[in-house]
Amino acid sequence: MGLFILRRVGVMILTALCLTFVVFFMTNLYPNLEKLAKTQGNFRMSDEAVESWLDKRGYMQSTPKKYAEWLGVMPSYRFEAEDGTVTGRCIDPGMDPAEAPNFCGILQGYWGYSTVFKEPVSEIISTRLGLTGVLMFWVMLLMVPSALILGVLAGMREGSATDRTLSTFAITTTATPEYVSGVILIAVFASSAVGLKWFKGTAASAMENPTFENFFLPVLTIALYGMGYIARMTRASMAEVMTAQYIRTARLKGVSFPNIVVKHALRNALIAPFTVIMLQFPWLLNGVVIVETLFNYKGFGWTLVQAAGNNDIELLLAVSVVSVIVVLVTQLISDIGYVYLNPRISVS
Amino acid sequence: MEPLTWTGSLGDILDPILYVLVAVFVSLVVLRIAVSILLPAPTMQTNPDGTLSATSGGPAVWAPRATNWAGLGVLALLLTYLIGGAIVGAPGAGIIGGMSQQLVPVWIALVLLFAASIKFKRRLGLYGKLFDSTIGMIGFGLVMFWVFVGLFAAFDMLLTHPPLEQVSGMKNEDPGTPLRGAEEGQYQWYLLGGDALARDVFSRMLKGSTIVIAIAPLATLFAFMVGITLGLPAGYYGGKLDTFLSFLANLILAFPVILLFYLLVTPEIVATGLPQYMAVVLFVFPLIFCAVLINSRYAGQPGKNWTYLAIVLVPLFLLYMSVINANDSKIDFWPLDFFDIAPGILVVFVSVVFVNSPTVFRIVRGLAMDIKTRDYVAAAQTRGEGPWYIMLWEILPNARGPLIVDFCLRIGYTTILLGTLGFFGLGLPPESPDWGSTINEGRKLLSIYLHPALPPAFALLSLVLGLNLLADGLREESLKD
Repeated sequence: MGLFILRRVGVMILTALCLTFVVFFMTNLYPNLEKLAKTQGNFRMSDEAVESWLDKRGYMQSTPKKYAEWLGVMPSYRFEAEDGTVTGRCIDPGMDPAEAPNFCGILQGYWGYSTVFKEPVSEIISTRLGLTGVLMFWVMLLMVPSALILGVLAGMREGSATDRTLSTFAITTTATPEYVSGVILIAVFASSAVGLKWFKGTAASAMENPTFENFFLPVLTIALYGMGYIARMTRASMAEVMTAQYIRTARLKGVSFPNIVVKHALRNALIAPFTVIMLQFPWLLNGVVIVETLFNYKGFGWTLVQAAGNNDIELLLAVSVVSVIVVLVTQLISDIGYVYLNPRISVS
Repeated sequence: MEPLTWTGSLGDILDPILYVLVAVFVSLVVLRIAVSILLPAPTMQTNPDGTLSATSGGPAVWAPRATNWAGLGVLALLLTYLIGGAIVGAPGAGIIGGMSQQLVPVWIALVLLFAASIKFKRRLGLYGKLFDSTIGMIGFGLVMFWVFVGLFAAFDMLLTHPPLEQVSGMKNEDPGTPLRGAEEGQYQWYLLGGDALARDVFSRMLKGSTIVIAIAPLATLFAFMVGITLGLPAGYYGGKLDTFLSFLANLILAFPVILLFYLLVTPEIVATGLPQYMAVVLFVFPLIFCAVLINSRYAGQPGKNWTYLAIVLVPLFLLYMSVINANDSKIDFWPLDFFDIAPGILVVFVSVVFVNSPTVFRIVRGLAMDIKTRDYVAAAQTRGEGPWYIMLWEILPNARGPLIVDFCLRIGYTTILLGTLGFFGLGLPPESPDWGSTINEGRKLLSIYLHPALPPAFALLSLVLGLNLLADGLREESLKD
């Protein structure tokens, strides 16, 4: 087991390195750098001015070298101006260049400086991630229990009216992407045209003070899309368990139906949904980006859109590192959890 | 001129009936669910003549029947709206009638298709069997509705106004507003209202289906070609090749889709020609697939082999060269460029194929690993067949069931991805009538005006729902035998 986890972690690190290098390469293509120089400096810069701007900040080095500097395995770039002042990535304004560290990359805990928000990347990521964490917590709290209940109710009597109604509902929610269900929910519950106005159509105020009124719609929008899929998996798993021999034995023994469902079937039926729920995280990340844009909730997904739209290289890299880690760690947990829950499977 | 109401004078008679019927139907459904949870299933008894009947009456028996009848009643009434509307037309039958009349060619095509398919369903294999399942038929109907709409709209049929035409004074007007200063020969109303730039929402929604119908199935097909060409050897050979390809697939899958779109589709990246280079790699897979498919089958008969290869590969190669070539871009050499694709479309197409292929790869790899242990594969190996023959002519045909089902689901997912691209304003030009872009435009004023955002939202929802139901029906029918 230890070796298995170790190998998976190794693959994880390799994947993260490859992915960040791809992001690094794409964001450092010359047209992107030119755009960065023009938005940061001056829109009317000449080509030479752009080049000297980029050169001064070390963007004109080769991509692998810049990547190694970002990682913190190579000493970072320093630019010596004609008057002798030295500037560089590691040197904060007002700092003596001689005292500044030679290496400053993510291995040293330095995530860089966001060109859009004018703040250190680590601060942005931690606050934004916290906001999204709150959102995800409520999404999970709403999505997982309701999906499991739906799936178990539908799967315990396959083909019944309950099953058909709930399955239709589940298919409909999986067919509704967040930007459709969000728009419909806002239209029905938040617009002045329909006039219900039960909830708020924006979650901007939920960042300081989440209430049911301003936070329910974004939570529901993300939860709905994931819920259908989990419910269908739970239903399939439940239906399979209900046809097993030991359930029949229990019925013949005279155990009441509710008892069979709760005490005998449920535990075995929940193994498959567990993996599905864990693997749902990467999908939720997607939903978070859409919903945070739609409801103007300035969390992690919103930051991704801002960083990508403005080619904020270091912020974008940090965002991709975080999301890749989320995806890979959930995969690992789902594999390990599956082994623990299902004794028939062993790792080796 | 008076603005149109939703159902017009037809609705004066039909609306009250509809309200009553829907209320009855909903309460019966709730009752039926409650019954199926609370009461035990009705016990059956065998009659002397061999038939079965329920021993006890009560709600467990009559509730389902009543629900079915009420449901049929609602459906019949909705059909009356559509048929009546198609005959009476706009002022008499309101907005719904007007829309139904515009869509008459679609209704005719659907009726013909369904009549022909049901007539000959026993001779049509899996497709024919689809018409045995209600769910499958509903899904197929929804999908074909949008396919026909997309086809007809591509030739500017069905549309009431040109999708880019702006009419002064129609900005954000409500559904059914008469056109201000309408001239002779122009359609008199904006059936679903006007958007923020005073364009007709109804026509834009119909025109948007053309883009989806053109891109989504083709992009899914390309993703399948890539996934199959790489997934079969990975599953069949295993070992180093499998490890390497799986690692690549997982790499792409670990990327958040939206970040990938942002990295691929922004104008700066497009200017470097990266999407074009990706197109060069991705679009070569259909060629490889076809070549290997034919060559592995006819390798023993060189004459036939070369004829078939030439017939298939020459047009494909010309098409391939024309597609990857574009004037004024990184890849631009003259003699083999017969047409240019709009650059936005190509970029969107490439990124959607790129995102979809790893998942297809994983499915095909799993199926290949499962099927290669079967006896008929061992038999083929003993006969001395080549590995590619076994993969493409023994394993692939036997994996077709799950692949067809996944193909339907994946078209739906591709539609969602296209919408996502439009929603973030990536790729397609801003005035494009595709559903994602129109939803994105409409949402900005959503708290005051609902009508620009909701029609494309429901259109996308119904198409994806149709594809999911179709996949469900296909799965059910293919499991039966």
